[in-house]
Amino acid sequence: MADYETHRHDVLVIGAGGAGLRAAIEASASGVSVGLVCKSLLGKAHTVMAEGGIAAALANVDDRDDWRVHFADTMRGGQYVNNWRMAELHAKEAPARVRELEAWGAVFDRTPDGRILQRNFGGHRYPRLAHVGDRTGLEMIRTLQDRGVHQGMDVHMECTVTSLLVDDGRVVGAFGFDRPRGRFKVFEARAVVLATGGIGRAYKITSNSWEYTGDGHALAYEAGADLMDMEFVQFHPTGMIWPPSVQGILVTESVRGEGGILTNKDGRRFMFEDIPEAYKGQTADNEEEGWRYTQGDKAARRPPELLTRDHVSRCIVREIKEGRGSPHGGVYLDISWIKKRLPNAEEHIKRKLPSMYHQFKQLADIDITRDPMEVGPTTHYVMGGVRVDAETQMSTVPGLFAAGECAAGINGANRLGGNSLSDLLVFGRRAGEHAARFARESGPGRIDPARVDAAARQAVEPFERRDGHADGPYRVQHDLQEMMQDLVGIVRNESEMRRALEGLQTLGERSRRVPVDGNREYNPGWHTALDLPNLLTASEAVTRSALERKESRGAHFREDFPDKDPAAARFNVVVRKAAEGEMRVERVPIPEMPGELRQVIEEMK
Amino acid sequence: MATATFRVRRGDAQGGRFVDYTTEVAEGMVVLDAVHRIQAEKAPDLAVRWNCKAGKCGSCSAEVNGMPKLMCMSRLSDLPLDKPVVLEPMKAFPLVKDLVTDVSWNYAVKKAIKPFKPRPPDAPDGTWRMAQSDVDRVQEFRKCIECFLCQDVCHVLRDHRLYDGFIGPRFLVHVAALEMHPLDVEDRLPALRGSATATSRSAARRCARRGSPSPTTPSSRSRNGWWTGSTTPCGSCFG
Repeated sequence: MADYETHRHDVLVIGAGGAGLRAAIEASASGVSVGLVCKSLLGKAHTVMAEGGIAAALANVDDRDDWRVHFADTMRGGQYVNNWRMAELHAKEAPARVRELEAWGAVFDRTPDGRILQRNFGGHRYPRLAHVGDRTGLEMIRTLQDRGVHQGMDVHMECTVTSLLVDDGRVVGAFGFDRPRGRFKVFEARAVVLATGGIGRAYKITSNSWEYTGDGHALAYEAGADLMDMEFVQFHPTGMIWPPSVQGILVTESVRGEGGILTNKDGRRFMFEDIPEAYKGQTADNEEEGWRYTQGDKAARRPPELLTRDHVSRCIVREIKEGRGSPHGGVYLDISWIKKRLPNAEEHIKRKLPSMYHQFKQLADIDITRDPMEVGPTTHYVMGGVRVDAETQMSTVPGLFAAGECAAGINGANRLGGNSLSDLLVFGRRAGEHAARFARESGPGRIDPARVDAAARQAVEPFERRDGHADGPYRVQHDLQEMMQDLVGIVRNESEMRRALEGLQTLGERSRRVPVDGNREYNPGWHTALDLPNLLTASEAVTRSALERKESRGAHFREDFPDKDPAAARFNVVVRKAAEGEMRVERVPIPEMPGELRQVIEEMK
Repeated sequence: MATATFRVRRGDAQGGRFVDYTTEVAEGMVVLDAVHRIQAEKAPDLAVRWNCKAGKCGSCSAEVNGMPKLMCMSRLSDLPLDKPVVLEPMKAFPLVKDLVTDVSWNYAVKKAIKPFKPRPPDAPDGTWRMAQSDVDRVQEFRKCIECFLCQDVCHVLRDHRLYDGFIGPRFLVHVAALEMHPLDVEDRLPALRGSATATSRSAARRCARRGSPSPTTPSSRSRNGWWTGSTTPCGSCFG
């Protein structure tokens, strides 16, 4: 019998970024008891790094904006394979969620008449992102954290969940351990919300921290839930590339929103050369108009630097591949040029982009008010995740909910910048509400002691491995990251992805031999060994889904199928664990969009 | 490739020792990169807390050559590498293991501070109006990333261990941020006078260290040259 502490909550939320906190607040507000598990300290989750802002059609800056425009922008950005109902709910509910955040103490930048200011961002027709400088995520997570803690919930900091406990097809709890001491914990819960974020650590160049190992994806998959859209991995166009140790760290899209331009080594603004058909009507065709747009001219169209992230990333890759890149293998992102247009440009840049200014100064010895930055694409976000019901966020397994990055649907083939923070709020709230309702309507679940014992054995098994020749956990993780970057990255093809599947097989075998030194107290080697199976599951899901989608759409680009296939706009790719244990891939038809939403999209074309 | 040696405090509350690790260093590396390299090559169970690696989350606080630092923002090129770089955990908090300390006291302190309470909405649609200048005024106080390094260097906590009587610079700044919030109507000052500073005021007056080491300083006054050995009180605690 394993030795463990037991915690009982009506609703257990796994993950304490924006989505997890918002879910926990909503569940707790409805009167049920809530446990909140975070892998790190509270307030350090990836939401804290979000820079640009929260997309919501408040129409404070441009009164032509409303939910219909936001909905159409989101669908266009997602290349129409989004869950249209989620995109609709998101566009309709985001403004209320932002105002609520203000009522809870968040301080946003203001318009001249004192309302919440909104900024431009890629793929959004009008200035739409509520923000505070370039540290919106910090403001958001602190606000939610303080609200949550005072409202009342049990927070389990630095705690890793390794399995979900299932009883008769329903999720009834979770098994994990506290990282500082390595002691086991069993959580009994009537409903569980996954809010574990992404899978960025499956790639070598990423803006994601160590935490983003696809835990929620893997937990859901192992519990029998469907994962959807896993082929869509977002490579953000602008990550730092030099010096090597900072490779992948994000450079916010707000740099471009504030007028920053992308140039190649010849000084050419290459984004003007490739504007997709769907965006031609709303994109500036000359530099003058682009500049006027960033300065708030409502008659101007947006500059091509603010096209969607998938497209901008591919344009950057093309420049580099064709020999027009910067010395360290990227392109230039220049905000300093605005001094030709603005008096006081230096002060303006420091005020609007303070953390970018600081980041480059400190880490790369570059003063962005004087010199251009060198940037290149970085793995940033996964559109795919747990397949959920749009209204309730419940997965295909009763009692299991998901929200935020680890859920699929809202973003389709490509997420627009700023839609992540609003997604967290809108669907975090919905997940919390419906998980609480589910908990109230369900009896307690039965925790199977044999299952707990098995989970405990599995968690400590790496300590018993005695293969002196096996590679350590960091080596295996590193090799996985290199392989996914090379074979299932921004540009994909059949033969490379087949090789990746074979590689995953080998890495799986290696991961099961990884030895772990030391004891269970705060042992990163052990933690990394336990992350590996999750990363491997997520990577396999990405690869198999990417093989299944034989076209190029949004963030998924295949050089062997470089065009969009209209037939492929009618399905999502879903993976689930088959009875025999292997990963099964399936195409699931996208339900017909109601006439009124179709009409909205037509009108906004 | 050049190498450097890192003298890392290993061990837990029961005891420990310094262990030297020599590893390769390259252009642009920060201390946290070196720690990761040591983990991957020599000491897989070396405990370190980190997340964003971009100076935004405030997790990787430690003492580098005796100075409180975020390891992700400490460039090796700013350190003398001809002798070992000494890495130690924060001293003001109980040690968990190696470079990781138990900072949960900070969370308990924050929970005890009265939360934000807004005035009634200004507009019929339930929203408020604020001037950008009022927003700007509180920014310095709101951009704290809670690395707790100011707590670590505050001698009231570090040396005098007055955890029951003093909330530390971080939370004085937090209270200031709430009090200066353009919409807030709560009054936290009586509580602050009563318990937060009374027992430690004289100790705080003797504070000889200046400000916070984090890039996001708790107060603009402390931005220059913290912990310079100057005898000027740091001032963070008294706003």
